[in-house]
Amino acid sequence: MARITAGVTTSHVPAIGAAIDLEKQGTDYWAPLFKGYEWSKEWIANERPDVVVLVYNDHASAFSLEVIPTFAIGCADDFAIADEGFGPRPVPHVIGHPDLACHLAQSLILDEFDMTVINEMKVDHGLTVPLSLMFGQPSEWPVKVVPIVVNVIQYPPPTGERCFKLGQALRRAIESFEEDLNVQVWGTGGMSHQLQGPRAGLINQAFDNAFLDNMTENPDDLRKIPHIEYLRESGSEGIELVMWLIMRGALGDAVSLLHRFYHVPASNTAVGHLVLRAAAE
Amino acid sequence: MVDNSEFDDIPGTTVFTAVRSHQGFHLNQFCMSLMKPENRERFKVDEGAYLDEWQLTAPQKKAVLERDYNAMIANGGNIYFLAKIFSSDGISFQTAAASMTDMSVEEYAQMMLHGGRSPEGQRSIKEGR
Repeated sequence: MARITAGVTTSHVPAIGAAIDLEKQGTDYWAPLFKGYEWSKEWIANERPDVVVLVYNDHASAFSLEVIPTFAIGCADDFAIADEGFGPRPVPHVIGHPDLACHLAQSLILDEFDMTVINEMKVDHGLTVPLSLMFGQPSEWPVKVVPIVVNVIQYPPPTGERCFKLGQALRRAIESFEEDLNVQVWGTGGMSHQLQGPRAGLINQAFDNAFLDNMTENPDDLRKIPHIEYLRESGSEGIELVMWLIMRGALGDAVSLLHRFYHVPASNTAVGHLVLRAAAE
Repeated sequence: MVDNSEFDDIPGTTVFTAVRSHQGFHLNQFCMSLMKPENRERFKVDEGAYLDEWQLTAPQKKAVLERDYNAMIANGGNIYFLAKIFSSDGISFQTAAASMTDMSVEEYAQMMLHGGRSPEGQRSIKEGR
């Protein structure tokens, strides 16, 4: 049977992708950030997951304002790289796992999470930057990816509570897939940042570090954070953190912390990164 | 009735609701068209003519031509869609963000290097916290 072995959270700032693509990892500005991922790259090379269920948000790349799905799942064979206005990132196509993805879509819908099914989609920095941070610059990605796309652009996004429960349903769905697969769930985006208006540049290190603490110690507190608190405390784009709660819900009650990293700034954003071992079945 | 009044209590922030999405639909769809190189090229050759192909209001068109991102947001623009404009211009997200504040690009970059804008006094207009 498929099993969830670990979870990863990471910010997915587009400038990190640009720094990798333009070979700037060693500069004074970027080196401290990439150092925080060295442990994780070594760890994942040993873990060798078969599939990553990668929770992220599209940034007006695959989804325009014509249709705005709250939760969507990518069931395609592969996903091309989006051109976000400066040409596609020079990274490999992302290979899907349609058998698992279709099983997850069906299981989640019957478990009362009304997923939108995607059979063709280009993926943007929200999905490719986490892959680059964890795997570097391979000629092909060493895992298959099932994208789960969450609307966090148009209000209201799903609540943290709803995201956490989707994660719990995701665990049930993964564990009912017959093939023996080592599956990781990643929650991406965050941490505090605001990209718009006169308040742009807001960073709240106290909020972020409490959030990192509670991801392992007290996720029930995180489930209750209302949208207005994210907006006030973590900036208008800090709401992306609800996607971390899908990962956290999927990992089970008792997780153990393997790695934690926090860094300010990457462009306009506070970067947070966790690696968690899933609770035993 | 949904009450979004709390959103208006956050200093210097516009929350992109369904109402704003409706208001900015054509502006944001224009932005998305810039994901195609041939459209970027046509936009660069004659911005005004390209914008006339979209059902923009006069204030929306003016804001785009002046690259006034706060005005674009006030007229229904969403930052992730607007990012296609400054990406087409070859401008970084940090430079674009700085242009929406009262700081120079250099001052903004220094603020970020020193930990970003503090949330103190930036949480609520009414409560002054």
